[in-house]
Amino acid sequence: MDLLVEGVSHGYGALPVLDGVSLSIASGEIVALLGPSGCGKSTLLGIAGGMVAPGAGRVRLRGEAPAACLNPLTYVFQDFALLPWRDVAGNVALPLEHHGLGAAERARRVDDALARIGLSDFRGAWPRQLSGGMRQRVGIARALVVEPAVLLMDEPLSALDAQTRELLMEDLLALWRQTRFTALYVTHNLAEALRLAHRVVVLSRRPGRVREVVEVPVPVGERGAPAAAATLAALHERLWALVRDEARDAEREIADAGAA
Amino acid sequence: MPEPRDVAFRGGGFAPTRRRLAAPVAFAVLLLAWEGAGRAGWISPIFLPRPGAVLEALADLARSGALAAHLGASLSRIAGGWAIGTAAGFAAGLAIGLASLARSVGVPLVSALFPIPKIALLPLMILWFGIGEASKLATIALGVFFPTAIAVHAAVDGVPRNLVRMAQSFGVPARDILLKVVLPGAWPAILAGFRITASIALILVVSAEMIGAQQGIGQFVLQAGNLMIPEDLLAGILVLSLLGLAIGALIGAAERRTTRWR
Repeated sequence: MDLLVEGVSHGYGALPVLDGVSLSIASGEIVALLGPSGCGKSTLLGIAGGMVAPGAGRVRLRGEAPAACLNPLTYVFQDFALLPWRDVAGNVALPLEHHGLGAAERARRVDDALARIGLSDFRGAWPRQLSGGMRQRVGIARALVVEPAVLLMDEPLSALDAQTRELLMEDLLALWRQTRFTALYVTHNLAEALRLAHRVVVLSRRPGRVREVVEVPVPVGERGAPAAAATLAALHERLWALVRDEARDAEREIADAGAA
Repeated sequence: MPEPRDVAFRGGGFAPTRRRLAAPVAFAVLLLAWEGAGRAGWISPIFLPRPGAVLEALADLARSGALAAHLGASLSRIAGGWAIGTAAGFAAGLAIGLASLARSVGVPLVSALFPIPKIALLPLMILWFGIGEASKLATIALGVFFPTAIAVHAAVDGVPRNLVRMAQSFGVPARDILLKVVLPGAWPAILAGFRITASIALILVVSAEMIGAQQGIGQFVLQAGNLMIPEDLLAGILVLSLLGLAIGALIGAAERRTTRWR
């Protein structure tokens, strides 16, 4: 299933945050959405999944979702958004409960999702007992349990420390190799975008416009190889050059707004 | 080079801890001093009877069955009034917390009526419902209704919106969001509200019984004062304190049972 974002504009009151953004994500593809703070990345993700009504433009889906799919557009949240009063298995089961699946099918799906992200031993734990990385794994398992057609990931690693981020990134890469999931991945981290994405869409600072779309010419599985290092380093340079001025201006803008 | 000096410790204090035996010992000393002063004749038994005499009076009351009758009357009023007020306040607080129209109408209305001392409405309730049980139940229910509505409204407001959005993003129906996200998230704050409304119900039942009742702990305390039997008066007050403690313990147990996830 392909996700098509067509001419989306949006504003909060008089403040425009997105201006005519169009992009498409093909099935099996990971598109990273890169841009400075406040450029409307998260708003765009909200619009893409139907959680925010766009001021203008529209979002469409092309093709059929897989038969087992219960929620085609599924989010992974920056702050995990786990229910603290449910244990790990309960959190993962939440999106299944209103679909009238049999108890056996529900249990099978929960077990499968927990196993895929390495959480099987933690099914009875409360969220408060888990580290940030394990909490986000629960968030990912909860997304996988509905067999999504497109994952909408809102800076899923930015609330984690550097080492945990690295471990989770490896998990995401392994998961992609297994299942070839489709994702729109919002981040402000260049390295994350270059590890995971097939294409990187760079947004300008507010109001966000598509500044450039950069293909990453190295297959996801080969990015750790020494042969790819030079290509990726050059790409990193190029993306950083694109982002740095925007980021600096955006930073000043927010500092000014804070002073006013 | 001069000799190095020790760095002096300066981080102490401002961190009081609990000494486990201190409280029971203090209570025992206080009660023994009171008992001793009474036996020595330093305190008039009409002014303040000895703890022992109060306990004897309480034992007599228990034996005669009067205690059970008074306690039963008060408890049934508390339970009935609290249940009515809580049910209505819960519904109102939920509506205010979830619906724009209910919020626009309800918040000013509740704010305007909340400060009325509810015992002042007892005469009006007697006009409406007569001198019997109904007027007492109505007064307690009114006293419980407003704090419950406010507590439930605040508790629902306190549920993180990102959890509601998360549930919506998985297509969870509104009724399920209410049952699986909003109510469990609001529950700890609602229980804290129950503590307050339970003590309000206790105050109001005593006041209402003092104004007009055949039976009840409040009526018993007032009558003991009128008859100048301070042992009975203090025994009644002791029963009321124990009742308050018991209700608090009950709510505490409910808190521990239902919020293990915290």
